[in-house]
Amino acid sequence: MSRIKTTFANLKEQGRKALIPFITAGDPKPDATLEYMHALVEAGADIIELGVPFSDPMADGPVIQKACERALLHGTRLIDVLGMVADFRKTNDTTPVVLMGYLNPVEALGYENFVNEAAKAGLDGVLVVDLPPEEATEFSALLAAQQLDSIFLLSPTTTLERAKKICAATTGYLYYVSIKGVTGSATLDVDAVAEKLNLFAGITDLPLAVGFGIRDGATAAALGAISDGVIVGSALVGKVAELADQPEKIAPAMSQVLNEMRQALDKLPG
Amino acid sequence: MSKYADLLNLPDAQGHFGPYGGRFVSETLSHALEQLEEQYTRLSADPAFQAEFDKDLAQYVGRPSPLYHAERWSNHLGGAQIWLKREDLNHTGAHKVNNTVGQALLAKYSGKQRIIAETGAGQHGVATATVAARLGLKCQVYMGAEDVKRQAPNVYRMKLLGAEVISVESGSKTLKDAMNEAMRDWVTNVDDTFYIIGTVAGPHPYPLLVRNFNAVAGREAREQALQQIGRLPDALIACIGGGSNALGLFHPFITDDEVEMYGIEAGGEGIESGRHAAPLNAGRPGVLHGNRTYLMEDDAGQITPTHSISAGLDYPGVGPEHANLKDVGRVKYELATDAEVMEAFADLCKYEGIIPALESSHALAFAKRLAPTLGKDKHLIVNLSGRGDKDIMTVAKMQGITL
Ligand SMILES: Cc1ncc(COP(=O)(O)O)c(C=O)c1O
Repeated sequence: MSRIKTTFANLKEQGRKALIPFITAGDPKPDATLEYMHALVEAGADIIELGVPFSDPMADGPVIQKACERALLHGTRLIDVLGMVADFRKTNDTTPVVLMGYLNPVEALGYENFVNEAAKAGLDGVLVVDLPPEEATEFSALLAAQQLDSIFLLSPTTTLERAKKICAATTGYLYYVSIKGVTGSATLDVDAVAEKLNLFAGITDLPLAVGFGIRDGATAAALGAISDGVIVGSALVGKVAELADQPEKIAPAMSQVLNEMRQALDKLPG
Repeated sequence: MSKYADLLNLPDAQGHFGPYGGRFVSETLSHALEQLEEQYTRLSADPAFQAEFDKDLAQYVGRPSPLYHAERWSNHLGGAQIWLKREDLNHTGAHKVNNTVGQALLAKYSGKQRIIAETGAGQHGVATATVAARLGLKCQVYMGAEDVKRQAPNVYRMKLLGAEVISVESGSKTLKDAMNEAMRDWVTNVDDTFYIIGTVAGPHPYPLLVRNFNAVAGREAREQALQQIGRLPDALIACIGGGSNALGLFHPFITDDEVEMYGIEAGGEGIESGRHAAPLNAGRPGVLHGNRTYLMEDDAGQITPTHSISAGLDYPGVGPEHANLKDVGRVKYELATDAEVMEAFADLCKYEGIIPALESSHALAFAKRLAPTLGKDKHLIVNLSGRGDKDIMTVAKMQGITL
């Protein structure tokens, strides 16, 4: 069984929700990422999403845009990010790692090359923000051949008909984007999210995780209560800029944010 | 029959031009693009919609634009006859308005109350602000901070027309970053906002509909050539930013196999210098802004900075249909350097009394190179895509003059 499947199966058995932190790989410098990954696991992460820096992150708000810029300042390439995954695997063989990013760096490396290197590194899944299922047939087949999951997005504007196609193309888990907007946007309408998630839960057996707009324990619990897990990005990545002149405090600060969410999630009735 | 007949069937149902094009967007935008495609397919087959578009082009834009024989310049160059398709005479001073009038009609029928656009030189921004004013719609235009500086007259024009110009400080602060920001806005406000893209790029169906709205120039030029020259021209020449003025001129001639076509990219300080905006000449295929096309990027797939004297060509990608036309060999893509552009700009002022846009001057620069190699009985049509009033600051600065 894949790491992602095992993780969700265990969580289900324990009546717990998945906590999925997102950080941008190579931010603020390449050698910081491994430390953050281990710290996040320590603080309660079930799965880690690693953002691959891109020069034109169209779906991201200012916090993650800046993170990409910092990572690119040190020339963090997709192949380097896979190297970080391989390093992580040296001491952690259970926590799934998913890459999230844009298509162009993957195309530059070449689909086949990427998939082979990703499998070697011990990666578990890939979410390419600007690659909808219609354009993903070839890439998804290559990923599947290496037992890597293809994770796709669902959004507030996704119709039921489209959602069926998306669910059919997805393995691992589905990522529901809770709001119309870019990462780091503020306003959450929990009732609206619940309504959509209910609709989608009716057409798939895959776990449904929710991202965008999760800032603290309260928002994590509100969305955790109506889903299988929550994804938190900007609230963590924001710490890198906030603590730029005290870099040794970044990992503890991220841990604190995540830990608060872990505790809030674990208080939910199972 | 033309060996290029198949090109008329593109894009396919998924928006692909061969391996290029498509719809590479995050999920939130997929539904809006499906709706736009459905709406465009329905309206473009509706004679009433076409009639409304034609009426706006005639009475608001001032079409048809003349095909003008640049006789004195042709004589000076001593070779082929150069004809100018005078898109600079359109209302707002460039070809861009053909597209914005068309998309404004789509916006009107979509019922959306707000319009956004990205702009480089500011011509598309002005053309968008213009149609938004006419429809009484709120309009916000994203423009790179760098371009806000070098195209100040157009920034003010947009403001006069009631649009809000949002200066984009991210990335390289030029057109690509303006497009990123416009996409971010659209994702956030997709329910009530119509995004008017300014060139034949972006996700399907934009490359298709922008081409079709611009193709009026090519249809007119073809008729005018038959009347004024008495036959089809030997070659067409147009500058390539995203490629909308070029496709507008080229597309109605695609199956006229004897008509050669040249798309001219911004050679900047020369390919060797790395300071240019010539993805078809020096880039490779990748995915940006919703479509697969030739891009300027580094080995790791990061988009690299571009340089051009003209803000309207300062873009690291190009419309996907051009990528395909390059690969199949229907259009040749050449370069003009900043220095050549300045010479051609000066020539047109001097010999024809026309101040051309710096973008269009790329096409003129190539004509200046090509014409002397051909006989006097050959005929070239150059798309004079815009007028140069907006560029006088840049040109003065190049000449060391402060206005
Ligand atoms: C006068 C003029 N010509 C050409 C262009 C380039 O655009 P395209 O290649 O889409 O025609 C611009 C863009 O701003 C322009 O203002």
